[in-house]
Amino acid sequence: MKRILRGAVLPVLVFALWEAGSRAGLLPMDTFSRPSDIVLAFAAGVSDGSIPLATWLTAQAALVGFAIAAVAGILVGVILGLSPFLERTVGPSIEALRPVPAIALTPLTLLLFGFGLRMEAAVVAFACVWPVLIVTVAAVRGIEPRLLEVAQALELAFPARLRKIILPAALGRIVVGLRVAVSISLIVAVTVEIVMNPRGLGYGMIIAQQSLQPALMYAQLLWLGLLGWGLNALLTRAFGQWHGAFGPGVSP
Amino acid sequence: MKRLPWLGAALFAAGLLVLWQVLADRQFISQVFFPSPSRTLSELYRQLASGQLWKPLEATAFRMFYGWALASLAGVVLGAAIGFSRTARDYLEPTLEFMRPLPASAVIPAAILFFGLSNSMTVAVIAFGAVWPVLLASVHGFASVERQLMEVAAALRLSRAQLFLKIAAPSALPDILAGARVSLAIALILAVVTEMQASQTGLGQNILLAQRSFRSPELYAGVVTLGIMGFAINQAIVVLERRLLRWRGSHE
Repeated sequence: MKRILRGAVLPVLVFALWEAGSRAGLLPMDTFSRPSDIVLAFAAGVSDGSIPLATWLTAQAALVGFAIAAVAGILVGVILGLSPFLERTVGPSIEALRPVPAIALTPLTLLLFGFGLRMEAAVVAFACVWPVLIVTVAAVRGIEPRLLEVAQALELAFPARLRKIILPAALGRIVVGLRVAVSISLIVAVTVEIVMNPRGLGYGMIIAQQSLQPALMYAQLLWLGLLGWGLNALLTRAFGQWHGAFGPGVSP
Repeated sequence: MKRLPWLGAALFAAGLLVLWQVLADRQFISQVFFPSPSRTLSELYRQLASGQLWKPLEATAFRMFYGWALASLAGVVLGAAIGFSRTARDYLEPTLEFMRPLPASAVIPAAILFFGLSNSMTVAVIAFGAVWPVLLASVHGFASVERQLMEVAAALRLSRAQLFLKIAAPSALPDILAGARVSLAIALILAVVTEMQASQTGLGQNILLAQRSFRSPELYAGVVTLGIMGFAINQAIVVLERRLLRWRGSHE
């Protein structure tokens, strides 16, 4: 209880000082706005549907990009994890691509796809694929060799081997990569919107700032913070259960 | 036999580039979107030879470095406070936990309100985004100083300042450096993002301008430069880590 109270001190203090300072005219309204206005702007944005719509557009791009990255990352990761030869051959080319900042690709994807969902999802996918890919390669390589021998002895076809042996055995660790990728997806989607793509929450904030509506901008910023925090809390919980349910020992 | 994997990797990468070159030359893929590697390379060479590359490269590097240095300083100070003191942790942690998942690019509009489209805006955003890895790592580092070391310090009657400098800081250093490395990668990405947004000189702006005027070889040259830069920075920190942590070698 004491910890919760102590944790609340700083935010409450900041918001109280913020509100008081702006009411006393100490903080310029056009940069600071004030907490009560921010709450009003948020309520207005929610009731006219603009904030839910923007949230959906951002989430949609993040999800599509994440899904592409998850499928591609796991697929390529499994193949590279199973074949040391391919890993040695293709690995360095992949390593050369990886340090490229995903955001540097926004101009390129704009050339390719134009504005909209596709370019945003493409950048998100590029950013998200690396953690999935790297973790998958490591996870598949860490599968108990006897399991793979069993698969061979049973003469399972590749799809069956993938579904029945490889994925279940490696999933516990692949989930770690996926969890990282989910967090990245939201961040990259918002970044693409802020830099370039005219849709979603990122764009909404830029527009609010440029049209001198700081209250609306802060409302969206705080909302985004809440979204990110909620997503993180959700993932931690789900991920924790995953790990517990899977238990140790299946994958080293 | 030992050299074969390296050869395979090089052949694969070269094969990809040659395929790209041939497809582009034969106009199977559009030169506007995928200029042939030779055009990108000659553009890169032109920028190098004429010295055009250095100014934006320097601007981006300095921006990244200042933001990163600020983030590291703040991260280590806050991290030491939180890792060292239960009370500070109770007060600060919830607020920081809320701010951490916030996409750093999302604070760009707010930063523009406060700093305008300036260099200080870019540095502030970079510092905000890059602080988290180093902060988390130093919290962990300072919180997990070995018990025995603390007992030794108590036996030697070290003052709190001495304890900090002689015991806690060195033992947290590996964690801090690992965090700083992640922070630096984030700083580079944010340097590119903020340049695009605030039209400050730099590699990010170069890429954006190249795209707007459909000079795609220049765009690719910029992306390649950023990739090399990201790689080089990562390597530099790895080397630095090894050097600074040499004293640890005897333990392991």
